[in-house]
Amino acid sequence: MTDETTTIPAGGVAAAEHTRSGQCYRPQVDILEQGDELLLRADVPGTSADQIDVKFEDGALTLHAVVTPRTPANGRYLLREYGVGDFYRTFQVSEVIDAGKISAECRDGVLTLHLPKAEAVKPRKIAVKS
Amino acid sequence: MTIYYNPLNQLRHEMDRLLSGTLGPALEGIWPGALRSQPAVNLWDAGESLKAETELPGVKSEQIDISVLGRELTIRVERPEVVEENVTYHRRERPTGSIHRVLELPCDVKADGVTAEFLNGVLTLTLPKAETAKPRKITVNVNPE
Repeated sequence: MTDETTTIPAGGVAAAEHTRSGQCYRPQVDILEQGDELLLRADVPGTSADQIDVKFEDGALTLHAVVTPRTPANGRYLLREYGVGDFYRTFQVSEVIDAGKISAECRDGVLTLHLPKAEAVKPRKIAVKS
Repeated sequence: MTIYYNPLNQLRHEMDRLLSGTLGPALEGIWPGALRSQPAVNLWDAGESLKAETELPGVKSEQIDISVLGRELTIRVERPEVVEENVTYHRRERPTGSIHRVLELPCDVKADGVTAEFLNGVLTLTLPKAETAKPRKITVNVNPE
């Protein structure tokens, strides 16, 4: 699985433009292979399941999580170490994925995507006859 | 009491955080995901109280320990290392391990009135200001001649 926005450091600003104003951030992810599926975990604090949009089209996996703004009423911070905004990231999935079986869940600000491998790429044990 | 936003102070905080958070463990040997041991904090003045907010995705509320001593706010997260077997990592960017952040507050707060809310991986602390830190209106008496 490759990332289309590799040049931007983790936690940086995503490349895609949006019609909604405000900053858009690139979530930090873990991608791991476990048995017959790829597992993607993305840190999307401040969003709930109904605010996340996951799309898989032509081998491109797109995550977009809408974050409800939580800025102070007068917009002034005493200390501002991170920005609050939507999360957006696109991946080019090179592995053959069974798109119909992709499932997602979101808990405690972490989005987990299960991407099951298509039958064709699953390792098959071939019995050798003597 | 009005607390002024000071960009120089902010820069100093940011440098402190970077040096102790990123370079500290980096010198002791790095492993993926363990770089952000000091979480970023946003702090603002909400009139009667101070609000502090930090993003702790994937953390359980029972793993968070918050304490206030004088003007010092400490946020600590004890997170056990999860060992996953039969797993191949393609990418590992998310921070792991324990978190410890000490923050100096700009004014006195009522330590026993501090409340914390943890929702969708965002921790929000409400720190009511101490009476001495609140603005006081002084009426000017005009003595009639």
